[in-house]
Amino acid sequence: MSIDHLIASALCGFAKLLTGVRAVWLGSEPDARPRVYFANHRSHGDFVLIWAALPPHLRYRTRPVAGADYWLTTGLRRFLINRVFRGVTIDRRPDRHGANPVEQMGAALAAGESLILFPEGTRNLGEGVQAFKSGIHHLSRAYPEAEFIPVWIENLGRVMPKGSLIPVPLLCSLTFGPPLALIDGESRDAFLTRARSALLDLAPPED
Amino acid sequence: MNLTHDLIAVFGGIFGLLAVFSAIGAVLKYRVSPGAPHGVIDNLNARIKAWWAMIALIGGAIWIGKWGVIGLFGFISFQSLREFVSLTHTRRGDHRALIWSFFVFLPLQYYLIAIDWYGLFSILIPVYAFLLLPISSSLGADTTRFLERAAKVQWGLMICVYCLSHVPALLTLDIAGYAGRNVLLIVFLVLTVQSSDVFQYVWGKLLGKHKVSPAISPSKTVEGLVGGVLTSTAVGAALWWITPFSPLEAGLIALVINMMGFFGGFVLSAIKRDRGVKDWGAMIEGHGGMLDRVDSISFSAPIFFHIVRYWWVA
Repeated sequence: MSIDHLIASALCGFAKLLTGVRAVWLGSEPDARPRVYFANHRSHGDFVLIWAALPPHLRYRTRPVAGADYWLTTGLRRFLINRVFRGVTIDRRPDRHGANPVEQMGAALAAGESLILFPEGTRNLGEGVQAFKSGIHHLSRAYPEAEFIPVWIENLGRVMPKGSLIPVPLLCSLTFGPPLALIDGESRDAFLTRARSALLDLAPPED
Repeated sequence: MNLTHDLIAVFGGIFGLLAVFSAIGAVLKYRVSPGAPHGVIDNLNARIKAWWAMIALIGGAIWIGKWGVIGLFGFISFQSLREFVSLTHTRRGDHRALIWSFFVFLPLQYYLIAIDWYGLFSILIPVYAFLLLPISSSLGADTTRFLERAAKVQWGLMICVYCLSHVPALLTLDIAGYAGRNVLLIVFLVLTVQSSDVFQYVWGKLLGKHKVSPAISPSKTVEGLVGGVLTSTAVGAALWWITPFSPLEAGLIALVINMMGFFGGFVLSAIKRDRGVKDWGAMIEGHGGMLDRVDSISFSAPIFFHIVRYWWVA
């Protein structure tokens, strides 16, 4: 086992210990086919939690999609995202010059790997779920064979909200929903709305 | 009477019973559905297995001594509070109040037991946490459902920390002619109340027909309630020899704490139904979460503590 793997297992163990994370599979099962897990985004730890909750043989074939503007800025972050999590780092700037994010993500799917994606784009510091960015729609058109699985992350945003230094040891849960695919002739907005409501369906009832 | 001798007798008896139950569970499994899953029997066997672990944990804590017991119940409070707060909606403005609850009030409450400061122990959460936590939340400047949020944090602390801490606090009571044996009061309380839960389950499965309240708990039946409380009241009376009580007193006290224990489970079920869940968590296989296991102790411990303190402490 390489040092990268060792660090990855240690981080997963820590995340599980801190959050007591429980994965609930409703309408889908852990499976090795190329998938895009898309989730609500409240905290930097979101993808680590999904990653930790996947069975180990799937974990190392599943790559988080991360913003280059955050993850490639320091040596430690670069090491974590490139070596430990094997993330797909994309340029989120509108005036980007580098690689096309959809092609980058597609390359991973074509290689038989899965992705973890946060279609809200950035962390949501308010309530509910923000509107989805269009990347997930481009991806579904370019790679129709991939399964799109909604994953609701409950509580992680409360463990360590923005601006706080000490985490509260709440229990987190992940709910994996049934797979979703682009329907023939479906418009971009219709698909984005459908994907967003598939995710919201997994949220627990409001009080 | 020798403490070690009594502890060995009680724990030996429990382990003996568990061995019998495990054997019955194995035979049932073999007779009814060998090799295939069977909801009720598999759940029964998972519960029995978890009991082995839980009794061994309590035995280990008692063997370590005062700090072992305080540490064990501190951990139980911590895990229960996690489960409680995880299921109730708090907002970002409550973060600081939650940090205070988990990392200051919880350890402090148990530390006060260790240093035997009863005066502060009895008011720390009902007075100081009650007043200070909403101040902390109000500094979060978020007024949405403010009273509800403040009430939930306080409720969680009361149920999961304040009430449960009365179990190890039994160690601090000075009872004439009972010095050094207080840990047996904990054994009496836990054994009586937990046996009530077990017998309610058993009687309910055997005879249960009339639901106490289907809206709150689909599994609690009148037959289970009556049979369980009466049987475990007999268990309590039969344990009089490890307590400072007479057999009649032990039976009456057991009746009171069993009733409190039943309604503890009932009240917390109402909260679970409202939140749309069956269990508080998934920590203990077959039982659900920690709070599912200790809800009855939480409601009975303070009452038991004060009965003993009022009538037996000189």
